[in-house]
Amino acid sequence: MEKLMNNGGSNGAKRWLLLGLVLVAVVSAFSGMINRYYLGVLVEAGVNVTLAVSLNLINGYTGQFSLGHGGFMAVGAYLAAKLTLLFGPALPPALQPVLFAGALLCGGMGAALAGLLVGVPSLRLRGDYLAVVTLAFGEIIRVVFQNSPAFGAATGLSGIAPWTNFFWSWSVALVTVYVVLALVHSTYGRGFLAVNDDEIAASAMGINPVRYKVTAFVVGAFFAGVAGGLFAHLKRAINPEGFNFMRSIDVVVMVILGGMGNTAGVVVAAVLLTLLPELLRGFSEYRMIVYSLLIITLMLLRPQGLFGRSSKGGRL
Amino acid sequence: MLEVRDLQVGYGAITALHGISLRVEKGSIATLIGANGAGKSTMLRAISGLIPARSGSVLFEGRELLGQPAHEIVALGLAHSPEGRMVFANLSVEENLRMGAYLRKDGAGIAKDRDYVFDMFPRLKERRAQTAGTLSGGEQQMLAIGRALMSRPRCLMLDEPSLGIAPMLVATIFEKIVEINRELGLTILLVEQNANLALEVSQRGYVIETGRIILEDECKALRDNPQVRESYLGGH
Ligand SMILES: Nc1ncnc2c1ncn2[C@@H]1O[C@H](COP(=O)(O)OP(=O)(O)OP(=O)(O)O)[C@@H](O)[C@H]1O
Ligand SMILES: [Mg+2]
Repeated sequence: MEKLMNNGGSNGAKRWLLLGLVLVAVVSAFSGMINRYYLGVLVEAGVNVTLAVSLNLINGYTGQFSLGHGGFMAVGAYLAAKLTLLFGPALPPALQPVLFAGALLCGGMGAALAGLLVGVPSLRLRGDYLAVVTLAFGEIIRVVFQNSPAFGAATGLSGIAPWTNFFWSWSVALVTVYVVLALVHSTYGRGFLAVNDDEIAASAMGINPVRYKVTAFVVGAFFAGVAGGLFAHLKRAINPEGFNFMRSIDVVVMVILGGMGNTAGVVVAAVLLTLLPELLRGFSEYRMIVYSLLIITLMLLRPQGLFGRSSKGGRL
Repeated sequence: MLEVRDLQVGYGAITALHGISLRVEKGSIATLIGANGAGKSTMLRAISGLIPARSGSVLFEGRELLGQPAHEIVALGLAHSPEGRMVFANLSVEENLRMGAYLRKDGAGIAKDRDYVFDMFPRLKERRAQTAGTLSGGEQQMLAIGRALMSRPRCLMLDEPSLGIAPMLVATIFEKIVEINRELGLTILLVEQNANLALEVSQRGYVIETGRIILEDECKALRDNPQVRESYLGGH
């Protein structure tokens, strides 16, 4: 851990984390004054930030191409929801946050385990091949839930407690940003970028590329799982269709739009892409067309992403 | 120090090395010369574990290296500066050097070695914060050599350090190679196209042709060998 933190870059990250947590606390305190509908959109934006920033560790910093985030999210969502459905009703209200935190953590760990399983083929595959494998893996996860009566089969789970609020969603998002930044800016974490730059040269330096690639998958999947848990307790009902490959693609778009390996850009893109469909409600049935056109335009204008792929692998 | 015995390496159906043997004595510079595609890089890659060997043996300080993964071989004290430089393009000069010391924990020693590299290549010091991908070819080569030194190896393998570099700078780089060998007592295995210079700075020389060692001798003798003069020294 010491090795993780002994780097100038993480000081910057620490400042941001602190500033962010203060902001989250302030907004949470006044959340009663915000229109409920907009508040819901903001909470969802936080979940998407967690998803996009964690995928950025796999796709951006380590240069792999994963389409598995929908699957990881599903694991976290189902595990967390199942746990709070089982133990929530019997619990005194004071202990509910503890259960929620525990459920999110379990969801994250379940997803991390799934990440480990997908990370292993990633050792041998790259680019498009890896994308196909992770896509298939995500679909397998979905189909497993679809056929498990314990998880509600095709109808999914409903009646989930509405515990995801602004505070939870953005605290998790901030921690994710912090962990990813601290990780890639540490001496240990420069290895992610080195593996991305040149795997052979990295091995020749004593870096074990396999370990980095799997670590990226496990850490990325963990946060996707936590985001899944938040998502479940935001929407209050989940079903397998909600985690199909389109979900993964949404997250990939956020990462590409934000700029691979550029955390600040990815955060902005995640927020923007959550708000955009809401802002476009005036276009009613043409909404998704306008949305798609906007993305195409942005990509043409800034092919390197909103903030560009920072040459230093994302100085923030 | 480093002994290769009957090393066979292939890529799929192609056999690139047909049983190669060579020795590098402790504290010496040995050189391997040969035409394009002779198998020089293949040999270095097999020694440092970047590609698997079919058979044979590679002993480093009496320890068998074959079968060990590349990152563990570095830990044993054998560094490899790969062909084509391969610096980490998105990291700064200083971060590249830091990655060279990836396996080390001694902060003070690392800083000292970094200063040693900066003293040796002042150009790198001036550009310490520059992204390595934007360095000139020659600067990248210096960085690759410096980075390999940062693991504080006892033996260093350099794959074509003069590749694509202006003659003036080539002379400087070779001076530095000799300096590293003398000052740090580092054993060096040098792979070169520039046979002239390589045979001048080395003690023992090997000539490789299509995956086989066809000649080996003291470098002085090799330089006078008519066959070497004809094929590798441009006939003079
Ligand atoms: N990854 C690979 N797959 C298939 N064949 C390869 C591979 N790498 C090298 N070879 C072949 O192995 C032979 C030896 O290549 P190697 O790179 O070792 O040559 P070299 O002596 O280093 O040449 P140069 O001086 O041009 O660098 C060549 O015929 C080459 O085509
Ligand atoms: Mg070569």
